[in-house]
Amino acid sequence: MKELKIQPIKNGTVIDHIAAGKAVKVLHILGIPKSSTSTVSVAMNVKSKFGKKDIVKVENRELDPNEVDKIALISPKATINIIRDYEVAEKHRVKLPNEVVGIVRCSNPTCVSNSKEPVKSRFIVLKKDPIQIKCYYCEREPEDIAERII
Amino acid sequence: MNFEGKDIISIKDFSKKEINYILECAKKMVPYARGEKYKNIFGGKVLSSLFFEPSTRTRLSFESAMNRLGGRVIGFSDPSGTSQKKGESLADTIRMADAYSDAIVIRHPQEGAARLAAEFADAPVFNAGDGAGRHPTQCLLDLFTIFTETKRIGKNKIALLGDLKYGRTVHSLAYALSLYGAELTFVSPGSLKMPKEVINECKYLGVEPAQTSSLEKAIKDADVLYITRIQKERFPDAEEYNRVVGIYKIDNELLEQGKKNLIVMHPLPRVTEIAPEVDTTPHAIYFKQAFNGVPVRMALLSLVIGGKL
Repeated sequence: MKELKIQPIKNGTVIDHIAAGKAVKVLHILGIPKSSTSTVSVAMNVKSKFGKKDIVKVENRELDPNEVDKIALISPKATINIIRDYEVAEKHRVKLPNEVVGIVRCSNPTCVSNSKEPVKSRFIVLKKDPIQIKCYYCEREPEDIAERII
Repeated sequence: MNFEGKDIISIKDFSKKEINYILECAKKMVPYARGEKYKNIFGGKVLSSLFFEPSTRTRLSFESAMNRLGGRVIGFSDPSGTSQKKGESLADTIRMADAYSDAIVIRHPQEGAARLAAEFADAPVFNAGDGAGRHPTQCLLDLFTIFTETKRIGKNKIALLGDLKYGRTVHSLAYALSLYGAELTFVSPGSLKMPKEVINECKYLGVEPAQTSSLEKAIKDADVLYITRIQKERFPDAEEYNRVVGIYKIDNELLEQGKKNLIVMHPLPRVTEIAPEVDTTPHAIYFKQAFNGVPVRMALLSLVIGGKL
């Protein structure tokens, strides 16, 4: 009998094909454990056809698009599987929009988006693979995107 | 080509064709900028001039451009007399200027401030310098100066010299000159090198800039020498500033090593980087360059807020 490392879930979201080692960042993006009471399973460095990957399963929670966009910033090949009654009801790859708003903090301390002004951070996506983004306000291109996620 | 209502935030918002058009318009404005001709094309129009940082040339040339063509200017050159002092946000200050005027000129210490202003104003916004960020009208007047002095832009060998790391004018200019395919050399001490992003942009536009710390080497075959001040106010660390201040100095002895028709440009203010003896030589173009701010800003204002000669 095939042994499953993580048990199937009844309802919720399975984030698959996360770049190996990035699962902890994904949890951070999803606000786990601080703002979540969902049962969460994490598998890291799982062998797959394309090398190693991480998997995160979140029970009783379907991700909203804003959270999905955030995941695309750190793991553009991740897939989102929405599970309803043990079946995959929806499956899609995370998709980085052309603009990322309110997700990443600008790396420039004197950028106006880091001040008290009533605006959200805003980045233009220049390249999707590898990801390259540019601040809409000051035009700086942060290199350590994962570290700058709000 | 229609610029009506357009915000002037970054030189990167313009194509080469649009820049050429602005330069052509600026050429027609020269006699009006000199006061030799007058036409009331901005009658009844008001420009808000919001300078959160000091300025001589940019502020005065915008005001001159507006006044000489019949417009009026309101604003401030020191934010200490405004509600900013009481903690008002930039966004709210911009909303007020938007209500009182037909266009807004802003200089602000934070990068991206002009882009933010454009979001909160219906009136067109002119970026007159945002921190170490962009200064598009300076870039356009620099291009205008190169064009009027050498009769071309693209086929020149141009050396950009000095503080290439923090200097906002050289970042915009390197990009714009690359649009024209100019041959570029960046001359700076190691700690003030041109940022990687700017070099990548030049390369993307097909220009492979040379980099050196030797001014003597760069001056030999240059057509244009563009020098910038080492800006004390942009340095996070006083020690870093002290290590590089005064490292380059242009004087007549050095200029003898260059071409006869070499032009020396500087966005000003200068401190010690150009000796006063250079001022009276045909190489010194920097005061003409500063004057060119008026026709270029006249052209931009007329294209953006309307009003034809």
